[in-house]
Amino acid sequence: MIRHLLSAADLDLATATTLLDSAEQMFAIQHREVKKLPTLRGRTVVNLFFEDSTRTRSSFEIAGKWLSADVINISAKGSSVSKGESLRDTALTVAAMGVDALVVRHASSGAVARITEWVQCPVINAGDGTHEHPTQALLDAFSLRQRLGELRGRHVVIVGDLTHSRVARSNVLLLATLGARVTLVAPPTLMPSGVASWKCDRSWDLDDVLCGRAFGDVDAVMMLRVQRERMSGGYFPTEREYAIGYGLSPRRLALLPEHAPVLHPGPMNRGLEISSAAADSARSIVLDQVKAGVAVRMSVLYHLLAGDQQPAPVLEEAVR
Amino acid sequence: MSRPTSDQQPRPILLRGVRPLGGDVVDVLVSDGRIAQLGATLDAPEHALVVDGEQGVLLPSFVDLHTHLREPGREDAETIESGSAAAALGGFGCVHAMANTSPVGDTAEIVEQVHRRGRRAGLVDVRPVGAVSKGLAGIELAEIGNMARSAAGVRVFSDDGHCVSDARLMRRALEYIKPFDAVVAQHAQDPRLADAASCAHEGELSGKLGLPGWPSVAEESVIARDVMLAEHTGSRLHVCHVSTAGSVEVIRWAKQRGIDVTAEVTPHHLLLTVDLLADYDPVFKVNPPLRPHEDVLALRAGLADGTIDAVATDHAPHAAHDKDHAFADAAFGMLGLQTALGVVLQAMFADGRPVDGFGWAELSDRMSVRPARIGRVAGHGRPIAVGEPANLTVIDPDGRWRVVAAELASLSSNTPYSGSVLPGVVRTTLLRGRPTVLDARLAVAEALDGHDDFDDLVGLSR
Ligand SMILES: [Zn+2]
Repeated sequence: MIRHLLSAADLDLATATTLLDSAEQMFAIQHREVKKLPTLRGRTVVNLFFEDSTRTRSSFEIAGKWLSADVINISAKGSSVSKGESLRDTALTVAAMGVDALVVRHASSGAVARITEWVQCPVINAGDGTHEHPTQALLDAFSLRQRLGELRGRHVVIVGDLTHSRVARSNVLLLATLGARVTLVAPPTLMPSGVASWKCDRSWDLDDVLCGRAFGDVDAVMMLRVQRERMSGGYFPTEREYAIGYGLSPRRLALLPEHAPVLHPGPMNRGLEISSAAADSARSIVLDQVKAGVAVRMSVLYHLLAGDQQPAPVLEEAVR
Repeated sequence: MSRPTSDQQPRPILLRGVRPLGGDVVDVLVSDGRIAQLGATLDAPEHALVVDGEQGVLLPSFVDLHTHLREPGREDAETIESGSAAAALGGFGCVHAMANTSPVGDTAEIVEQVHRRGRRAGLVDVRPVGAVSKGLAGIELAEIGNMARSAAGVRVFSDDGHCVSDARLMRRALEYIKPFDAVVAQHAQDPRLADAASCAHEGELSGKLGLPGWPSVAEESVIARDVMLAEHTGSRLHVCHVSTAGSVEVIRWAKQRGIDVTAEVTPHHLLLTVDLLADYDPVFKVNPPLRPHEDVLALRAGLADGTIDAVATDHAPHAAHDKDHAFADAAFGMLGLQTALGVVLQAMFADGRPVDGFGWAELSDRMSVRPARIGRVAGHGRPIAVGEPANLTVIDPDGRWRVVAAELASLSSNTPYSGSVLPGVVRTTLLRGRPTVLDARLAVAEALDGHDDFDDLVGLSR
């Protein structure tokens, strides 16, 4: 098993599969009356968030608590730079409190990797700048497996602001590892530099891709959030034009094959990247993704913290 | 610690067995701050300090057009004295101190203060660079005339750290400097194409790492505009830290067209590439950013054929706490003075021997002769001949030294070379005939006066 989870690239096929399989067991306990396993009793997990994210923080918090860990939330809002403290000092201070695992969210790419140079405990990347968000990729893969079964050979389309999306980077890496095909769709201004070397196809034409003309039949489509602050960067002319070119309208929804789900990491800009018709349709698995998030994070915490000490049967017993 | 001052008469020095520009072995007698005699074997006058040159290469000491000494304002990162020590140990006799201090070097008073403190440190000639615009804000011209006419005699003006991006202000600056025989040194970075957050060469790796990209064209487009402005105004333009193949092409074209433009490259842009950013280590965070290997090759070729006139260190000391952040949040820059020669040799010489027409003469030209000419520095970058000022450095070309960040003379230790072994050891440096470095250690004049051996040399070991 891996020591830290910084990037979806840290996960080979066997590790990713193990994490997803364990997540399925974890997922089962969500339907039990008492949603608690004793697995991480006496362990302390700190959510160290330099950037607000109620969604991700709560998901990690619930995951830790259902595994009986003590979960502490530390909000280091505002960059450490603006507070005058170095990232190193913040990390060392938190680690000195006797932490067993750090879950870190930071506005700067690579900040989480940097922290692993200074602390001894496992570190989980809960989103670093415009770099990666590996547990989001795991929960997306989990949700896709629930709908589609085996992902090998499946075709997933990811649409939107790819340049600034940590979700997209992690998904391209993990889905490739799991054997799925990925097509990225965005206007040229929102395609990351060097994307030509990524393990995926690319297009500027969403209709072409969704109807299967460009790269074959589509098995799932993932819409990314358009960050409205990007408007001032001149990446596209108007929201209206973006919605017409790259929004998942009812017409585009109808282009998708019957079996293909719609994903979105949330929160959604309804009417911009996704129409309400698409967001609320039976195809939408947005809430399933949220549910999967807890299970996947339980699985990651379990494997990073207890994986070496406790053999898998203990986990299975506990789940049973 | 007292430093040599200009009113003390130094002892004569006999450099025994050195090779000017790597040529034949000679003895060099230095007296009254000048080269007094050159010859196959010279007799040492009475009281002379005899230094065994061990067949080292004798060059005019180096001149740096681009140094950040941090004083005034950030004396925790570097002072004029500590930076001067690093420079002397690196073989430099003169450094140009950039104006982005706090307060900014944009008035005669501040540049004179820097100049004075440089003289007091007495290890290298510290030539202050004046700001082009008040407060480096890029809006109004700073008091260029007053700085030029001051005791500091400023000849290089730069908003370095910021680009003079307003074309009209750049035009006015180029026009205004003409009576002072000065030069505008431009930090070429279009702030709309590469803003303050841009911290990694825009390309495959920046996309993968999710770091805000700094595209080559942000540099190239400003240089292209500026060379046309220099042609229009008939003024001297100097381009700071060129980092891309396209920039070299633009400068080559401008020179062919007869435009009065010169350019510099840093040692690190001659050696290091963008791939080093893969682990997000801020020690590699510099501005302009490290570029791909193709650019590095073009920069080496440009330096070898003279399109790029000078090596300039962009010595940028930073306190550790300014680098202990995520890559995007850490300060830009790395140390450069003490490692400059080693890095240039590593990049431009193969196995210690010159390649591609770049030898000791070219190294001396790009690290001393041309930078002195660009900065209008008297007494530096001069031929090694009788009667010339004795601003000299002796290098052991076959020597190797291990860089240990904590042992460098700089108050900061942000060097990417720590732990690595660099070629070329600076054995001796003379400033106007006085030793500032002897036996690869910092020398203090007091200890030399009245002692025939070196036991009392105070050393900042490298
Ligand atoms: Zn600069």
